[in-house]
Amino acid sequence: MAKHQTPLLDQLESGPWPSFVSDIKQHAEFRHANEGKVEYQIPVDVCDDLLGALELSYVDGETHWKHGGIVGVFGYGGGVIGRYSDSPEKFPGVAHFHTIRINQPAGKYYTTKYLRQLADLWDFRGSGLMNLHGATGDLVCLGTTTPQLEEIFYTLTHDFNTDLGGSGGNLRTPADCLGQSRCEFACYDTQDLCHTLTNDYQDELHRPAFPYKFKFKFDGCPNGCVASIARSDFSVIGTWKDEIKVDQDAVKGYVKGDFKPNAGAHDNPKWGKFDIVKEVIDLCPTKCMSYDGALKINNKECTRCMHCINTMPRALHIGDERGASLFVGAKAPILDGAQMGSLLVPFVPVESPYDEIKEVIEKLWDWWMEEGKNRERIGELIKRQGFPKMLEVTGIKADARHVLEPRSNPYIFWKEEDVPGGWQRDINVYRKKHAL
Amino acid sequence: MALDPTAAREQILEFCKSKTKTKFYFNDFTKLFPDAGQREVKKVLTTLVNEQVMEFWSSGSTTMYGLKGAGKQHSEE
Repeated sequence: MAKHQTPLLDQLESGPWPSFVSDIKQHAEFRHANEGKVEYQIPVDVCDDLLGALELSYVDGETHWKHGGIVGVFGYGGGVIGRYSDSPEKFPGVAHFHTIRINQPAGKYYTTKYLRQLADLWDFRGSGLMNLHGATGDLVCLGTTTPQLEEIFYTLTHDFNTDLGGSGGNLRTPADCLGQSRCEFACYDTQDLCHTLTNDYQDELHRPAFPYKFKFKFDGCPNGCVASIARSDFSVIGTWKDEIKVDQDAVKGYVKGDFKPNAGAHDNPKWGKFDIVKEVIDLCPTKCMSYDGALKINNKECTRCMHCINTMPRALHIGDERGASLFVGAKAPILDGAQMGSLLVPFVPVESPYDEIKEVIEKLWDWWMEEGKNRERIGELIKRQGFPKMLEVTGIKADARHVLEPRSNPYIFWKEEDVPGGWQRDINVYRKKHAL
Repeated sequence: MALDPTAAREQILEFCKSKTKTKFYFNDFTKLFPDAGQREVKKVLTTLVNEQVMEFWSSGSTTMYGLKGAGKQHSEE
């Protein structure tokens, strides 16, 4: 019989979706059965008490967790998030319930051996409950006690050859899409860039010195599978400069029905035969395409929405002059609404050792560390001091593509030194050309 | 102007002891050394943490520095 009655949580299991309540109950039983004869280092009933504590929060309509604390591993300012129950007498199994963030590998490629080892470690020294993966990208291990932290850290770094992720006012664990390992749309090697910057910025990842969190995310193409433009302070999105490559025979193949559009995804017999005009040409956001037996694209107008390429991947392909666009300042806060990243660098080649990208990052950090208020994201600093200030600190020239709505927003403020001749003009010289 | 690590260290410890609060943001320390680079200040703080004179405090979203043993400790949580 369950240790705590949890009628409100039980109700969550009645819906059509998989329930985390069922998962925790299942793991509570697993821990009690202990078929593997594990010498648990934290209370066996941690999962039971977690359910009890959560039920109490639902009854009271408020949390019974206390967040934060000195808990951590020696020398690291992040990677461990302290959590304590405010009712340890009622729920001793979760008196301590700290979270450990583990830096996920680029592209989240694991071996089954690694995952088994990690699951065994977490059954031994933690609750066994994990979250693959947290919003930042880390592999998250939920629920352990303070004395276990250094032991876990030792095993992770010495036996598993991995490291903690970021938390607090640190660089957060960089995250990327699968990139060129699996995807033909990837315009650069996301995994190499993610891995390189993770290694190069270890000090920023583990020893806090920023006003608040800072996230890197890397999307190989504008499909944005890691949604970097919405979720990261510094977003790198693959793009190309030249023309979309078109195989006209394959286009005809799609029109004739030889190939399934969207590579067979979103397939529904009710939709009838593939209609290239209705499903591709008319859906182009800039209306830069036409079809009259051959597909024509006015590439100068293309905004890289990817729809035509996604729909007809056998016929259309990203261009050959590949690189990335850099966006700065996205955040997805709970209280005041999401903010998307703003375009800072329209195109940058993405080649190892990535000095051009690192130069931009470090200039942004210097500015934000100097001017940012405590708990102010870089996106808020851009709003407070203005986009031109960011251009000034990064040494990037203003470009029409920096203007959010170039046709409706004429408010571009020039400095005197940016204008040839400054504010002072010789009126007589001017009048020679412009009569009264 | 380059930061003198020994003098900076003393100044940081003095600053921490002079305040009633026990946790400090990183920029509380950079304000003590307006002419020094942030990375120089960070190096001094990192040394103090490595020597266990200071320690990190983290809420999960924000990290602060404090003298080791000052303020609420995890045994009291």
